[in-house]
Amino acid sequence: MADAVLLIENLRKRFGGLVVTDGVTLEIGPGELHAVIGPNGAGKTTLIHQISGTLTPDGGRMLLNGADIMPLPPNERARLGLARSFQITSVLPRFSALENVALAVQARSGSSYRFLRPAAREAELNDQAMAALTEVSLDHRADIVAAHLSHGEKRALELAIALALEPKLLLLDEPMAGTGPEESERIVAVLKKLKGRFAMLLVEHDMDAVFALADKISVLVYGRVLASGTPHEVRNDPAVTEAYLGEELE
Amino acid sequence: MSMLAPAMPVRRSARTEIAVAAIFIALALVPFAAAYGAQGYILSLFVRVMVFAIAALAVDFLCGFGGLITFGHAAFIGLGAYTVAIAGAHGVTDMAITLPLAILVSALFAYVTGTICLRTSGVYFIMITLAFGQMAYFIAGSLAPYGGDDGITLPARSTLFGLAVFKDDRALYYVTLGFLAGAYFLLRAVVYSRFGRVFRGARENPTRMATIGFDVFRYQRIGYVIAGALGGLAGFLLANATEFVSPAYMSWQRSGELIIMVIFGGLGTLYGAIVGAASFLLLEEVLAGFTENWKLIFGPLLVLIVLFARGGMVGLVTSIKARLTRG
Ligand SMILES: Nc1ncnc2c1ncn2[C@@H]1O[C@H](COP(=O)(O)OP(=O)(O)OP(=O)(O)O)[C@@H](O)[C@H]1O
Ligand SMILES: [Mg+2]
Repeated sequence: MADAVLLIENLRKRFGGLVVTDGVTLEIGPGELHAVIGPNGAGKTTLIHQISGTLTPDGGRMLLNGADIMPLPPNERARLGLARSFQITSVLPRFSALENVALAVQARSGSSYRFLRPAAREAELNDQAMAALTEVSLDHRADIVAAHLSHGEKRALELAIALALEPKLLLLDEPMAGTGPEESERIVAVLKKLKGRFAMLLVEHDMDAVFALADKISVLVYGRVLASGTPHEVRNDPAVTEAYLGEELE
Repeated sequence: MSMLAPAMPVRRSARTEIAVAAIFIALALVPFAAAYGAQGYILSLFVRVMVFAIAALAVDFLCGFGGLITFGHAAFIGLGAYTVAIAGAHGVTDMAITLPLAILVSALFAYVTGTICLRTSGVYFIMITLAFGQMAYFIAGSLAPYGGDDGITLPARSTLFGLAVFKDDRALYYVTLGFLAGAYFLLRAVVYSRFGRVFRGARENPTRMATIGFDVFRYQRIGYVIAGALGGLAGFLLANATEFVSPAYMSWQRSGELIIMVIFGGLGTLYGAIVGAASFLLLEEVLAGFTENWKLIFGPLLVLIVLFARGGMVGLVTSIKARLTRG
């Protein structure tokens, strides 16, 4: 389909003898939330790394809104509207929550080759950063240095950074990993609210969250897409039940 | 938790402003005090302090804000100084030409070497900056027409549009002070600017910076060029202060001293670089006056300060004050 936000065809990647991405083909339409599930070590994070550009695939094709992003470094993919969160929290630890997000706003709007005016006083940057923090209910912690935020708050901050980029496609690598039940619920609520605004690729082990949020689900096992379809189709796929979901859904 | 303190507070503290004002007022008053003592000696000592403070500021900008530990920054001082000396040897002594030229040459060297250095990080970055520094050092030593290893004496201090503006030591002193203040306030603005935010962010988490859309390398290279240009400025002033230039200006020991000055004063504070340069050079001077074996005392003293005064002299004062007010 020409109007797919993300189109991946026959993507391949191996680490030495270990095949981690084995001919993955995947399509995400506008506003669609596509979940990728699979057991530990299935290659989900590696797939996200390849889409965001931090890892180079061995072969295949990747199109973002029709543009070939394979040759582009991560920062140029980001400029085309690709945002991501990390499985292992990745924020700027010594920056305040607000400055973390303001930096993302800065990345998207206007030049950063400005050398004299204090950035912290740019209302334009701060207002948009604050709006993103408010969306993830972190506005009351805006002035706190990121290193001092709780784990759940850091997860929320990652989300706010991604939101501030106003992405066309958001890659989320286990946004609820390591958070308590209350915080996961909060993040699910945020994702529900964001759903439809832009396309999302969600990697998550929490099946309740996945089935509550996803429009499409792909099941990845040993780097290979075992099944792909609506939550209903995937749930009733015997191969999936056998390989993976059987135990998870108990 | 000092490791996690913000690299630069969002709001400037009143304490910092007072310290900065005190530093510059004290420096402005030195020539008046010097009039009651060995004026020439005191003035030239403090010009040296300010020249190295400019270079230390550049090093603090790279190390303390960009996380780029440079071990070759003396090369930029040397390049600036040699530009003045070589231009002088060819009869060009006007600073309207030599000052921009000194800055340009250093900036260019920073651009070229930075393009290579910044492809690496960590220990490799340190080693490559050191290697480029040594390269400049050996090239300077092999410049036979310009004194080779022995160095070269300037025909005279720089003029400005034909006027011998530096003839008076005090004039040189205040011009140097002016440049130091300019360098300090420029870097402070840069650190707080949009660019500075990216530059600081690149040190915190380069992967994150790339995934939000920044080409980290380009920003770091601009930072490197800014620091190199300031090194060139320091070199221009040093050549005028000593009226002599030699390869020793570029030795790796000098580069190491710049790092020590910055750690001495307090990494990532900017004004700490000025305090560090002053304490380092003055301590060196005082100890050298005491005993011939002053390095025996100076070395261990450095180690102690680095070990026990995390955050440098500035951090030491802050923590002593905190302890006193707590009772
Ligand atoms: N840089 C690397 N070098 C070699 N092997 C790697 C590398 N990164 C990941 N792997 C291996 O590739 C496989 C896939 O890893 P990946 O992190 O993509 O799995 P995942 O599906 O995200 O797992 P999890 O659910 O535990 O996060 C694993 O077996 C992992 O050990
Ligand atoms: Mg993973």
